[in-house]
Amino acid sequence: MKSTAHAFPENVSAALRDPQLNKALAKFKAGFPQRRATAVAALPEFEALRDEGKRIKDHALAHLDLYLEMFEANVVARGGHVHWARTAAEAREIVLKLCRDAGARMVTKGKSMVSEEVGLNTALEAAGLEVVETDLGEYILQIRKEAPSHIIAPALHLSKEQVADDFRRIHTHLPHDRQLTEPADILTEARVLLRDKFLQADVGITGANFLIAETGSTVIVTNEGNGDLTQTLPKTHIVLTSIEKVVPTLEDVSTLLRLLARSATGQEFSTYTTFSTGPRRPGDLDGPEAFHVVLVDNGRSALLGTEMQEVLRCIRCGACMNHCPVYHAVGGHAYGWVYPGPIGAVVDPAILGIKEAGHLPNASTFCGKCESVCPVRIPLPKLMRHWREKEFEANLQPAWMRQGLKTWAWFAKRPALYGAGARVAMAALGLAGRRRGRFGMLPLAGGWTSQRDFPAPQGRTFQDLYASRKGRTHG
Amino acid sequence: MAESARDGILGILRGAARDRDEAAARAAVAERVKGHPRNLVPARGQDAGAKAVDRFIQMATASAATVEVVPNGARVPHAVADYLSAHNLPSRVRVGPDADLSALPWDRRPTLEVLYGPAAPDDLVSVTPALAAVAETGTLMTRSGPGHPTTLNFLPNTHIVVLPVERVVGSYEDAWDMLRAGFTEAAEFPRTVNFITGPSRTADIEQTPQLHAHGPGRLHILLVGDATAPQG
Ligand code: SF4
Repeated sequence: MKSTAHAFPENVSAALRDPQLNKALAKFKAGFPQRRATAVAALPEFEALRDEGKRIKDHALAHLDLYLEMFEANVVARGGHVHWARTAAEAREIVLKLCRDAGARMVTKGKSMVSEEVGLNTALEAAGLEVVETDLGEYILQIRKEAPSHIIAPALHLSKEQVADDFRRIHTHLPHDRQLTEPADILTEARVLLRDKFLQADVGITGANFLIAETGSTVIVTNEGNGDLTQTLPKTHIVLTSIEKVVPTLEDVSTLLRLLARSATGQEFSTYTTFSTGPRRPGDLDGPEAFHVVLVDNGRSALLGTEMQEVLRCIRCGACMNHCPVYHAVGGHAYGWVYPGPIGAVVDPAILGIKEAGHLPNASTFCGKCESVCPVRIPLPKLMRHWREKEFEANLQPAWMRQGLKTWAWFAKRPALYGAGARVAMAALGLAGRRRGRFGMLPLAGGWTSQRDFPAPQGRTFQDLYASRKGRTHG
Repeated sequence: MAESARDGILGILRGAARDRDEAAARAAVAERVKGHPRNLVPARGQDAGAKAVDRFIQMATASAATVEVVPNGARVPHAVADYLSAHNLPSRVRVGPDADLSALPWDRRPTLEVLYGPAAPDDLVSVTPALAAVAETGTLMTRSGPGHPTTLNFLPNTHIVVLPVERVVGSYEDAWDMLRAGFTEAAEFPRTVNFITGPSRTADIEQTPQLHAHGPGRLHILLVGDATAPQG
């Protein structure tokens, strides 16, 4: 997918002026965090499971080469094939060739963010294939020629009226005046239409949430069942996924599955979790005859062994964006690429480069909410700060910003002066903002207050509080 | 010759791991996979017997499945036929040609038409076995094989699952142990293992939860046996 991450400031202004988007986001920010909180409260071991999830992924990443080799050997032992792609272009070529070799005309797809990342649909369509997204949200976006705005709720930004209009525009074989007022009408129409596509497809392409080294299995997690029809009915099943998804055993994936749905949608468990291992076996009455796994790197291997390695633990649950005040304000499209929200702010610069995506790690209030909900405890604010430093080193920020930071650094290195300055500034701000408790506008901080309120300081500076507290505990 | 993508990627990964003790790393990996130790299993996944059955019924019901306990296999054809008529469905089912299901006395309900095999596009109701039922989240585990084609789990609108109450276990890990126990030289990890928790659903239109997306819109579970007896 083509990035517009460089245009983040313009994207943000457009998003803030979009009333439909604001309405959808208001519902979103009330619903998703609440549902997660309920699911987490129902499982007393949840925090301990997060530690285990982190440990499992850290172990897998420390032995990534070995587990990938084992995964590959087990896929092959069960009659499947593994293909490796260094880049997005290699991934597209491999999948296209597999489709051609299968004599495919029509391809159905389950939801796959890696597919968005490598721009697969455009490539397959350019080669004359009919490509049909089968996740309801993805299908809607495909007919609108739009990108997902969330990694697990891709069409969250749309109203049912918008979707109904699109269905009338595209499904011209149906009577124009049919009823499409309720979500149920829209769902029924899509189900009937996609049923035929499932049955006609020559190739089914899915992503994978996890890969299991022990068995050579790929794992998908869905609620709709579209991924299963996609991969069970056609003759060929292609799994397009990325290298960091491998975990050692069925026990390890079970732990991560306990975290995934609760973090993502607040469900106890998703409706369907499916483990696919090779093609159909002798005696099987259905299932694909050929099974291919395409392992995509696309910049991930370069993060291993660096301070960014921790981001490779990500299980793409979306909790970080579900709880992010910036995402709540601007939605996913403003980020300009496949992965929005805090995870996007960390991953997108790694894949697209800091020059293209440098705005994203700057679009943070450093409130820390993302890290506090991440099921595998990725220190997202720290990693964003790391990109900011890189950007600063690479001299990519405008001169006024560099000067501001330098001034701050000069004071910060002189604690007495910094403390005094901060106390003065704070007292002034505290007085001025006392009535509302926050500022809608601040001199010299328009870049901040044009999009969000700045809380008015209450009481003393952090250094003052810290000093007095230290006095209390040690004195 | 240009380096293959495989060698290129694995080369970078090995380079990043060059500081590790290679022999120890290989031993750790081999041991973890061979022993496949359990991680933390939540307390609610450690139930067994009647407690696990109770929890399974509670969790499956919360996921919008329906559960019915029948005392023995002979009651299954009646339970199926009664379910169909209660939901105004035609008296016709597609049954997985599994030995246990085929052995049930289907002829006791002569009006019920029973077809065997994988799902056809116009099948409205399927009846399948399940290898295990996991209490912690009300989840069924099924596996593909000659007697249990995967399409039966997904194509029909209504999915009826029949399993003995003894196969209700506490956790996913317990279910994996049951699956592994059935492995033989010729037939080990099946093509497909499905974890199924309730009927299909979506919230893709205005974040409104709706049942019946692409998979079945109804999931009915028949537990066969005495659900109150302590098992295991
Ligand atoms: S960074 Fe953490 S919270 Fe965000 S999508 Fe990844 S796993 Fe989920």
